[in-house]
Amino acid sequence: MINKIVASMAEAMAGIKDGSTVLLAGFAAGTPEQLVYGLMEQGARDLTLVCNAGGRMDGPIADILATGHVSKLICSFVRAESIAGQRFAAGKLELEIVPQGTLAERIRAGGSGVQAFYTPTGAGTAIAEGRESRVINGRECLLEYPIRGDVALIDAWQADRWGNLTHRESARNFNPIMAMASDMVIVQTKHIVELGDLPPEGIHTAGVFVRRVLHIPG
Amino acid sequence: MADIAFRPLDRLGVAARIARDIPEGWFVNLGIGIPTTVSDFVPADREVIFHAENGVIGIGPAPAAGSESPFLVNAGTQPITLRTGGAYVHHADSFGIARGGHLDLCVLGAFEVSETGDIANWARTANDPTRQIGGAMDLAVGAKRLWVAMEHNTKGGGTRLRRVCSYPLTAKGVVRRVYTDLAVMDVTPDGFLVIDMVDGLTRDELQARTEATLRFA
Repeated sequence: MINKIVASMAEAMAGIKDGSTVLLAGFAAGTPEQLVYGLMEQGARDLTLVCNAGGRMDGPIADILATGHVSKLICSFVRAESIAGQRFAAGKLELEIVPQGTLAERIRAGGSGVQAFYTPTGAGTAIAEGRESRVINGRECLLEYPIRGDVALIDAWQADRWGNLTHRESARNFNPIMAMASDMVIVQTKHIVELGDLPPEGIHTAGVFVRRVLHIPG
Repeated sequence: MADIAFRPLDRLGVAARIARDIPEGWFVNLGIGIPTTVSDFVPADREVIFHAENGVIGIGPAPAAGSESPFLVNAGTQPITLRTGGAYVHHADSFGIARGGHLDLCVLGAFEVSETGDIANWARTANDPTRQIGGAMDLAVGAKRLWVAMEHNTKGGGTRLRRVCSYPLTAKGVVRRVYTDLAVMDVTPDGFLVIDMVDGLTRDELQARTEATLRFA
């Protein structure tokens, strides 16, 4: 019997190695906050964190950055007045700023076996400096490479024991594509349902991408 | 200074002016700042579908106090609602909407726009310590048309309508129209073409507040 539901945070985080690339879903909504704290507790270091934005002065992203466990951040948006901005300014955090759509597409490419793609986003701007570009269909485009995670931290509204997931309202955001693009996909879910309870047409992330499911009610 | 014979639009006035020009049926993304408020000025019986970059198709009216959902936010992470007929998609599809030419219109704020349609809206100086690109570069290059909403001048009276942008670019050659507190200008192969001005403002007064050379329709 396939059963991906784990009993504890320690079990959910077991085996994450130093130097891992961790994809963290969420756009305010849909952030698996407890899993971030679980990762801090687990203690893996020298992590590369991939998420939409670098957070503020508090909250899970700021908190894990403050521990020093993360050596590189890949995201679309960092405020100067944030833990991320401060650590970058102090030379303690490597930063790769990626336009948000390019970030999402690089993750989708990572999950789909696409080895590279060209996009007009960012052409002719500061982020294009020193990068490979070419004119395609009359538009200057930048060459972009996929992003894959050793680990993905995923938030769900409902999950079954196969790891089929639903995400509520705009909490879907990066969750389905990060789940496809990572080797060890760890989910925190508000609700556990019986296999077969989720309508097949209404599953947002298929369980085949998911490895571990932790029930975090409340 | 002589008595001012005209009154600039306030921020909501700029938003209302933009809303007048959005026809029924368009699929529209509104950026953070003045643009976000544009939807408040589109009458409910004119069906315009608003997109939020985080995967929302069909933003509805602002939620009543106390009935916000923590799961439903816009690009500025403010609580929103979904209108009847709306849908959710994941982030790659949401930016596929932006990058794939599916949006009839995107309205962004900006620090500067050049007469060739370049937009600068993510960094305030060449060495700005913030790194706040977000979705702006994708939206700017991907929408069928890009309009900019901004104040005509900086607080110090400096120009924002430039021959060449002085701030780091968001995208090159993409702006189609600019709405300011003083005027509406199309970006044409011959530069800025003024198509509307606030009452009482003269062409000379508008040109005096603008670095780029203006033409008038």
